[in-house]
Amino acid sequence: MEAREKILQAVTANKPDLIELPEMDLSQAVRYSNLVEQFMNVLKASGADTFFENSGNLLVTDIDSVKQQGDFMINLLEKDERQEWEELTASELKGLDTCYIRAQLGVAENGAMWISEEQMSNRLLPFICQHLVIVLDPADIVDNMHQAYQQIKTGHNGFGVFIAGPSKTADIEQNLVIGAHGARSLRVYVI
Amino acid sequence: MSIKTHAEAAQEFIRDEPRTDWHDETLWFVRQKRDKSVHTLPEWELLRDWASRIKNHTLSNLDHYLKSFENNAIANGIKIHWASDAEEHNRIIYKIIADNKVCKIVKSKSMLTEECHLNEYLKDRGINTLDTDLGEYIVQLRKEAPSHIVLPAIHLKRQDVSETFHEHLNTEKGNYDPQYLAASARHHLRERFIEADLAITGVNFAVAESGSFVVCTNEGNADMGVHSANIHVACMGIEKLIPKTEHLGVFLRLLARSATGQPITTYSSHFYKPRPGQQMHIVIVDNGRSRQLGRADFRNSLKCIRCAACFNTCPVYRRSGGHSYHSTVAGPIGSILNPNLDMKANSDLPFASTLCGSCSNVCPVKIDIHDQLWKWRQVVVANGYVGKAKKAGMHGAAWILSNPRIYRISGKIGRWVMRTFPFIINHPLNVWYKQREMPKAPELSFRDWFKVNQ
Ligand code: SF4
Repeated sequence: MEAREKILQAVTANKPDLIELPEMDLSQAVRYSNLVEQFMNVLKASGADTFFENSGNLLVTDIDSVKQQGDFMINLLEKDERQEWEELTASELKGLDTCYIRAQLGVAENGAMWISEEQMSNRLLPFICQHLVIVLDPADIVDNMHQAYQQIKTGHNGFGVFIAGPSKTADIEQNLVIGAHGARSLRVYVI
Repeated sequence: MSIKTHAEAAQEFIRDEPRTDWHDETLWFVRQKRDKSVHTLPEWELLRDWASRIKNHTLSNLDHYLKSFENNAIANGIKIHWASDAEEHNRIIYKIIADNKVCKIVKSKSMLTEECHLNEYLKDRGINTLDTDLGEYIVQLRKEAPSHIVLPAIHLKRQDVSETFHEHLNTEKGNYDPQYLAASARHHLRERFIEADLAITGVNFAVAESGSFVVCTNEGNADMGVHSANIHVACMGIEKLIPKTEHLGVFLRLLARSATGQPITTYSSHFYKPRPGQQMHIVIVDNGRSRQLGRADFRNSLKCIRCAACFNTCPVYRRSGGHSYHSTVAGPIGSILNPNLDMKANSDLPFASTLCGSCSNVCPVKIDIHDQLWKWRQVVVANGYVGKAKKAGMHGAAWILSNPRIYRISGKIGRWVMRTFPFIINHPLNVWYKQREMPKAPELSFRDWFKVNQ
């Protein structure tokens, strides 16, 4: 007998009587009086640099200074530039220094930001860059993960990710080291 | 027997006292971080309750959810494979590798592939698999097994890591700086990711209604491998399913807080479809899980989301180290999963516990871990798999405890014996006495004391 049938038969034979799914009253989940403040505080604690501004001037300065250094950067905030990067392979992106990208949504309880394939255009970009810069509209910050899943269209694209800080590890004696395999730093602009 | 029992291996572990203390304190610190993080959510207990009930429901309808997961994943362009046991799981992955004629393989953390001994299987066929989670990378270089499911190298000190990296990566001798060591590994592994042909990952959650799956990491190693390589193979046990996307909200809120005290892992990656030109495979593995599902007393161990909170809180784990459990999944949950895989080989594990119940209290999916440990002890004894010393003591205890009068008398005799002939208690058959000072026996039993003082 094929493994599939064998497994399914054993599961059918061995499973207990049906137990109902719980009714979840999601309004019981945590809420915050100041979403932006909570969101930025959690992100800071996770090792990100956060900026809250109305004008977007800081972001412009950020982009200009990276440009001036002459490092390889990709700005996905400019819609028409996105297609250019779609096909690039890992070895072509090896030298990528900074990547700018917009998040669809932010979560105040944990600082996570949802980025779908549509925004990243190439799945490698938010991970392979040395420095990641995420831009988020404060109106897109929700309280908790339950609200987040109600808003994002997860299956819309082939891939999506919550990012909640720079990559990190504590595998050497539990010492926190920022910069494991993904981006070494994360800057978040809430504009 | 070549494999040491938990007690024997633990005895070796605690020989290095400062290191044991460090291990104990460090894991307790992780437990405290968990507590702190949990206390920021007033609805924590409610979340645990939901998670537990979602998992109970899923297990009670698992055949249906497996089928709908399969259908939806296939519709998304993912190839599904089924494996009854570890051998079959390994064979499937080997075939994917051979069919595609690839050889550069990176793997992110997957306890299932460890359980199946995939690395060894592939190695025997001339294929090297590189573990890319930093902790797993370290233990792989040292030819050791992970000692903790979330913190694989927690048994090692920075000096050990430094020596290993000096030997394999040519890092500076005597440089113990974790920052420097981690950066060296990052530098080295970046190249491996970029040239990878095939990436293997585990699965944290598989969503039946969408045929999608979620992989959580802090390091970003799963994503670096998967998005670089042209082939992604994700391995999951049948128990990883949850019915709906909205349930991810519940589990992602619980997982990292329980594991390390973080509010969420850095990356929670949701995979739906392969990218253009990429192959995506999922291997769905049973390996004893459907049998555990049929054991009414133990089935709810399949609710486990591998957060390791029960490890970090366990006084026995903290002071005996993961390797003393001689299994892929150590700690309290390992001690109830492993006897299902091989009761004889793992008959010692249900006894590696004080039954204090701390594990059950922290478990985010409310598994009654310490009850199951106790129940496994009965099963193990009934099957005759208990060492002699322990068996004699247990039979004696059962007889005394079931006879109240004898219990009272035996207490009196015991106190007298302990005061008069302490060496009788301190004899080599009494394993409990090892490494312990016996307290002075009190003059009165609690019952007598209460009669006098009430
Ligand atoms: S048994 Fe519970 S506490 Fe232990 S690893 Fe599994 S989910 Fe976590």
